[in-house]
Amino acid sequence: MPERRKVLIIGSGPAGLTAAIYSARAQLEPLVIEGEPSSNSDQPGGQLMLTTEVENYPGFVDGIMGPELMGVMRDQAIRFGAELRTAKVSRLDLSSTPFGAWVGDPEADEATIEADTLIVATGARSLMLGCPNEDRLLGYGVSTCATCDGFFFREQHIAVAGGGDSALEEAMFLTRFASKVTVVHRRDELRASKIMQDRAFKNPKIEFLWNHTIIDVLGDTKVSGITVQDTLSGETSELGVTGLFVAIGHEPNSGLLKGQLELEDNGYVRTFDRSSRTSVDGVFACGDVQDHFYRQAITSAGSGCMAAIDAEHWLEEHGE
Amino acid sequence: MSEKIVTLSDATFDEHVKGSDVPVLVDFWAEWCGPCKMISPVLEEIAEEQAGKIQIGKLNIDDNLDVTRRFDVMSIPTLILFKDGEPQVRLIGAKPKGQLLEEISAYL
Repeated sequence: MPERRKVLIIGSGPAGLTAAIYSARAQLEPLVIEGEPSSNSDQPGGQLMLTTEVENYPGFVDGIMGPELMGVMRDQAIRFGAELRTAKVSRLDLSSTPFGAWVGDPEADEATIEADTLIVATGARSLMLGCPNEDRLLGYGVSTCATCDGFFFREQHIAVAGGGDSALEEAMFLTRFASKVTVVHRRDELRASKIMQDRAFKNPKIEFLWNHTIIDVLGDTKVSGITVQDTLSGETSELGVTGLFVAIGHEPNSGLLKGQLELEDNGYVRTFDRSSRTSVDGVFACGDVQDHFYRQAITSAGSGCMAAIDAEHWLEEHGE
Repeated sequence: MSEKIVTLSDATFDEHVKGSDVPVLVDFWAEWCGPCKMISPVLEEIAEEQAGKIQIGKLNIDDNLDVTRRFDVMSIPTLILFKDGEPQVRLIGAKPKGQLLEEISAYL
């Protein structure tokens, strides 16, 4: 028999854990399927597990480390009785109620968990460049986590791919170690916020390579350079770097939901009427899986709170 | 930390890894690494469950640069499985327990 829950939450970043705190305080005994360890942002704790200092989360005058913030949120959810399980959902069935969620074998006849309401907080993951040798050299100079790997590039010249806030944050962080950081961006202006741009332009260790895309990563057993292409002239050249940090954006972790509820063209979950409601009655979405615009820890947490309240109202209306 | 896990250092690495009767899975980690924290409980479990079949060793890269450089570690967490002192397989990045066990099982 599947185990039955009033509220099932998938994901354990700020959105999932805030939804857990609220629904646990409302005595709904939520179960959180928190994900499994990985280094690509769909892990327990979410993307903040790959960051260092969070300076803009309200309540922490001197900032707080990303993993520490997620640790205390997790403890707070547990304090109110939320149950967290370190596992991954392999399949969902949203075609009838209660909704079915499979953990482990997706081919099993019966769902592992049945839930009256589902809160989707699966977040987003880093996009990769998709060039030929990127995958082979991942961990050997190619990285998606500056905070994990920056340490290994002391006094070296490294490249960062991207032009948004995360790219500049990574570049700035990497200047603590590297002798020079070249930000490779495909356009001639950044989409990063003004404050980040100002900081980056002022940093003497950061250089910009405008209007270039990275078409390959070079190196036998570790990165020795990258091949870049001028987007205007089409000319290719090589840049001798020992590291490449990829921060070109994110894609939502919405694979489980395809064909089950309405997604935007870019794969993000569509929510309705400024609430967390999705196209399926009883299913709510919060955090980065439904937000490609704000993408902040605080907006994520805020939307997690909305989802918990929406789920609570739903259960009241349906006499649960 | 589990009593079954040994803390390694530049000074004790060779003695432990070469002198071990069973394969040693070395976790290259650091305090400031989120994914390292994530796999820590997984390694504790493996150390308990596979006691006698495998030895888990932890090497803090901040304090032990010699060994870290010797094995060209450039990303953490990195796990390297040593048998008779020789590296057999290298796993980069945090992974779920099942996948981790699967990838090292051939060497046990």
